[in-house]
Amino acid sequence: MKTAVIVFPGSNCDRDMAVALETVTGRAPAMVWHRETDLPDGIDFIALPGGFSYGDYLRSGAMAARSPILRAVSDAAGRGVPVLGVCNGFQVLTEAQLLPGALMRNAGLNFVCRSVPLTVENSQSLFTASYNAGEQIDIPVAHHDGNYFADSETLDRIEGEGRVAFRYADAVNGSARDIAGVLNDAGNVLGMMPHPERAIDRAHGGTDGLRLFEAALGVLA
Amino acid sequence: MKVNVYVTLKPGVLDPQGKAIHHALEGLGFGGVADVRAGRFIELDVADGTSDADLDAMCAKLLANTVIENYRIERP
Repeated sequence: MKTAVIVFPGSNCDRDMAVALETVTGRAPAMVWHRETDLPDGIDFIALPGGFSYGDYLRSGAMAARSPILRAVSDAAGRGVPVLGVCNGFQVLTEAQLLPGALMRNAGLNFVCRSVPLTVENSQSLFTASYNAGEQIDIPVAHHDGNYFADSETLDRIEGEGRVAFRYADAVNGSARDIAGVLNDAGNVLGMMPHPERAIDRAHGGTDGLRLFEAALGVLA
Repeated sequence: MKVNVYVTLKPGVLDPQGKAIHHALEGLGFGGVADVRAGRFIELDVADGTSDADLDAMCAKLLANTVIENYRIERP
């Protein structure tokens, strides 16, 4: 299992993501700098980490979405390689139009940084197969721009197609329909504002995030 | 050639920053402000003769996120 973490200037959860991937696969991921134009050969899983890529200039994720490596990520996603974007990574995926919608300033204007309960909406995806539909899990959030927006037609479509992976159990940031995580139409790209890589060790206060990596990386017992 | 680009949130898209500015204006005692919408102003210095199509593509591909924003290009 070969994994990669994309590193942008301003990423700050890239090493947490690397620890999560190595914990589950037993192998350190390739850390791929944003200026690269190619991913390592035979990559099986790509993670876009949290942080403040390019200082959130213009819009969160906007510059990263136009960086050279994103073309390779987009091509890989098109071939069916699983791509996980967390927090800033989710913002990058929407800006790159690999996922629908946009992430705007939190409705309450505050940076929200705490563990929040999520409801698992779709337990059939490759990322969420270790959860039960309707199950509640606790995963930390830490963001200023997590307010998910899409027009009502798009929201109806992604809900109808089972592409809402996670929903906030309580309102957190003003997100439309409390959406916390969204899948692409093929189901191999997941963007989510909560940080599963921050819930993989009992010392983190919970391990609910570990199961996402176990499912996505195919090491379920 | 200087070109001005105005990026604004689409009507109906909640603008929490505009709301906060509105509240701050009221706090300063300015009455009669019905609404505030915050946007972004971008000044481009481009080669003379840059086509409308190129300017439009710059806005659509990067300067605005057309999921949530509209843009207006003002040429000299």
